[in-house]
Amino acid sequence: MRPAAVRASPAPWQTFLAHDAWTRACLALRLLSLDPGLGGICIRARSGPVRDRLTAQIDPQARRLHPNISDDALFGGIDLSATLSAGRLMREKGLLATAGTLILTMAERATPSLAARLAVALDKGNDHTLIALDEGAEPDEALNPKLAERLAFHADLSDCALHEVSDPEPPNEALDPKTVRVPTEAILEVTQVAATLGIDSLRAPQFALRAARAHAALFGRSVVAAPDLEAGCALTLAHRATRIPEPETAEEPPAQPPDQRETEGGEERLDLPDELLLDAVRALLPDNLLDQLAARAARAGRGSGTGAARKGNRRGRPLPPRAGRISDGARIDLIATLRAAAPWQTIRRLQAGRPGLHIRADDIRLKRFEEKSDRLLIFAVDASGSAALARLAEAKGAVELLLAQAYARRDYVALIAFRDTAADLMLPPTRSLVQTKRRLAGLPGGGGTPLAAGMKDALGLADQARRRGMTPTVALLTDGRANIALDGSADRKQAATDAQQMARLLRADGVEAIVIDTGNRPEPALRHLAQTLDGAYLPLPRADAARLSTTVAAALGD
Amino acid sequence: MMPPFPFSAIVGQDEMKRAMILTAIDASIGGVLVFGDRGTGKSTAVRALAALLPPIKAIRGCPVNSARAKDVPVWAGLMTKRAQQVPTPVVDLPLGVTEDRVTGALDIEKALTQGEKAFQPGLLARANRGYLYIDEVNLLEDHIVDLLLDVAQSSENVVEREGLSIRHPARFVLVGSGNPEEGELRPQLLDRFGLSVEVSSPTEVETRVEVIKRRDAFEHDNAAFMLRWQAEDAAIRERILTARETLKDLKTPDKVLADVAELCLALGSDGLRGELTLLKAARAYAAWRDDTAVTRTHVRDVAPMALRHRLRRDPLDEAGSGTRVARTVADVLGA
Repeated sequence: MRPAAVRASPAPWQTFLAHDAWTRACLALRLLSLDPGLGGICIRARSGPVRDRLTAQIDPQARRLHPNISDDALFGGIDLSATLSAGRLMREKGLLATAGTLILTMAERATPSLAARLAVALDKGNDHTLIALDEGAEPDEALNPKLAERLAFHADLSDCALHEVSDPEPPNEALDPKTVRVPTEAILEVTQVAATLGIDSLRAPQFALRAARAHAALFGRSVVAAPDLEAGCALTLAHRATRIPEPETAEEPPAQPPDQRETEGGEERLDLPDELLLDAVRALLPDNLLDQLAARAARAGRGSGTGAARKGNRRGRPLPPRAGRISDGARIDLIATLRAAAPWQTIRRLQAGRPGLHIRADDIRLKRFEEKSDRLLIFAVDASGSAALARLAEAKGAVELLLAQAYARRDYVALIAFRDTAADLMLPPTRSLVQTKRRLAGLPGGGGTPLAAGMKDALGLADQARRRGMTPTVALLTDGRANIALDGSADRKQAATDAQQMARLLRADGVEAIVIDTGNRPEPALRHLAQTLDGAYLPLPRADAARLSTTVAAALGD
Repeated sequence: MMPPFPFSAIVGQDEMKRAMILTAIDASIGGVLVFGDRGTGKSTAVRALAALLPPIKAIRGCPVNSARAKDVPVWAGLMTKRAQQVPTPVVDLPLGVTEDRVTGALDIEKALTQGEKAFQPGLLARANRGYLYIDEVNLLEDHIVDLLLDVAQSSENVVEREGLSIRHPARFVLVGSGNPEEGELRPQLLDRFGLSVEVSSPTEVETRVEVIKRRDAFEHDNAAFMLRWQAEDAAIRERILTARETLKDLKTPDKVLADVAELCLALGSDGLRGELTLLKAARAYAAWRDDTAVTRTHVRDVAPMALRHRLRRDPLDEAGSGTRVARTVADVLGA
């Protein structure tokens, strides 16, 4: 939860920043309606009166999308009833065919492919505005980054209370943003601010400029002035920042920005106090930026930005229809059926001697969906002092090798390292080799062996994965000398009992597991553990990455 | 709808631009794959490519853009034999595309209204002799990838469905873009791309400011901006045409062939496609530079983009494959 610090810091000079999240969201919506080229806004809030009040300001003509929308609805397809009645092919328009505002509900559950489709549509510049309603509760549930990148604004209303919000003033007469001029130094300023905040993408400064331009138009200025740039940067850059810039001027009070009313006459010169723009953004940076960055990285690693409750992760991907009989649970693919019947119509009409559509049983085509489940390979690796460094390096190598082959099997890989008193998720389930390398680069080692904690985390991850429709498998790499109990105490006996207990839980949960003993001599306790897990026990002293990955692959029956 | 951002107005990203120009000079190099982070101008560059391509001659109304009247497929039922200049087709393959749309299928309208079995050509037919562009290529559905691979291999689209049995030529250059963090590309598809480039955001503030400035001008002063840069685009197009002529008389010394082979051997790239592509790219590059013979310099300059994606992947090597190629090039050909 973000503390209300942002709202509660009303320095007198903060003309714009004194606004709370609600006012900013309203302003962003206003700017969007002025210039649809800003792409859209991502509104993060649970559904409730606050959000309803905000969405009430959106164009009532807006069309709604849901995360499982079909391509036909998006891009248009055949209008069946019209086709049949007219006797010729009638297409219906998709939602993307006409410009306008689109509202994506439950945006955090949009699949990567939907995100990609919408992103392409936004890129084409057909004046689509996307309002993504992100209802994610957990920090790692959020709008797909690809799509978020193409939306200029982001508003987090999770801390807004209903009694704090008020309806904005009715819109005043605004200029056309296209006629607003931007001074050259403004471009320089904005680009520099974006770079200082560690924003790589060049879309960000473009959005900042566009937003500034729309802001100027909103206040009837024909040239972009300092307050416009301030608002533009604050609205578009704060949520993209990956770095907290050093506050050089934190102690001294910043210069008074020119009053908004004074600059209305269309003054040419930009009077930008140093650091004004940066301060504007900095004030909006959340206090827990670093945590959020970690969550963002975890999200990227998962390879999919969808929510946790997704069942059967390949369900619904349509395959080409097949001929077949209508039976329980089968769905008819109407279009394909008609298509199969179509060529015979003339002959059948002559045969039957009656007009109309003649469909025979062997024309029926059934819809097929691919429901393949992806496998998740969870490596739980002992990173304790007893043989840590070498083993960790091997495990890393094995993970990467397995991933390199994973394209064929469509596997995901995750890595949990346990050391000292606790276990860490080093690599969230991913399929991306690039991501893996980046995250495995620095893996610490040393300390005790909390075997039970590692297994517990593996169990949690396996549960999570199963909820996402994957089939988890746990590969435990250790030399078996468990000496830290689940509660973190250094009690050898309790540690062993805890490990057995976790093993029983894993087995009860039906998680497939293998135990790889990397000790110099096979450890009887580990063999026993493997028995409890009902998994293979593989003594592999001095295993290297290649052998490890072959062994694991073999044990899994590939 | 706005016209695409002009190719020549793209700031920096020289390798990407060079790769695209090379495929425009010699289509047999086989397409470009652009991989990089968000907001680096991948899609912009690919969409801008269309304006660079010189027009081709095709029979009017031919669904597969045939150059000669005798190549027009029978099912097209075309009467005219007149050829005309048409722009090189650049066909967008959207992610959500169905198999029917890609390969072509039964023409439902004709079937319903006239009871006639007719073929409605798909995207592959339209892309014949042109370019097939896939944005977010790494997110493409597997069954579409299989289909593309098959057609790209045989240069022919075979449709056997709904009682239709039709084949037509489908020779196209694949152009793709994507972000590797969102998923890997299948090696088989990777291999179909002649050149591959990796792009990243420019790091200097001046470059970034220039990008923003041009983009701003493009959006708000479109007419003047297009006028200025379309002239530049036309200049590049002329140069491409000249290079195509130069390519015919270009000499390829045996020494260069040896260099190419040695380089590919040292890198251990699979198959001979690496050698062939590298040689073709080097020749196209020499022609672009208006040189009379291919030299070691040309090979060195195009080696990373021709070979980067052909290495056997070594997950234990921390450096990217681009660095590995550069290292080997320095080793084999000298710095």
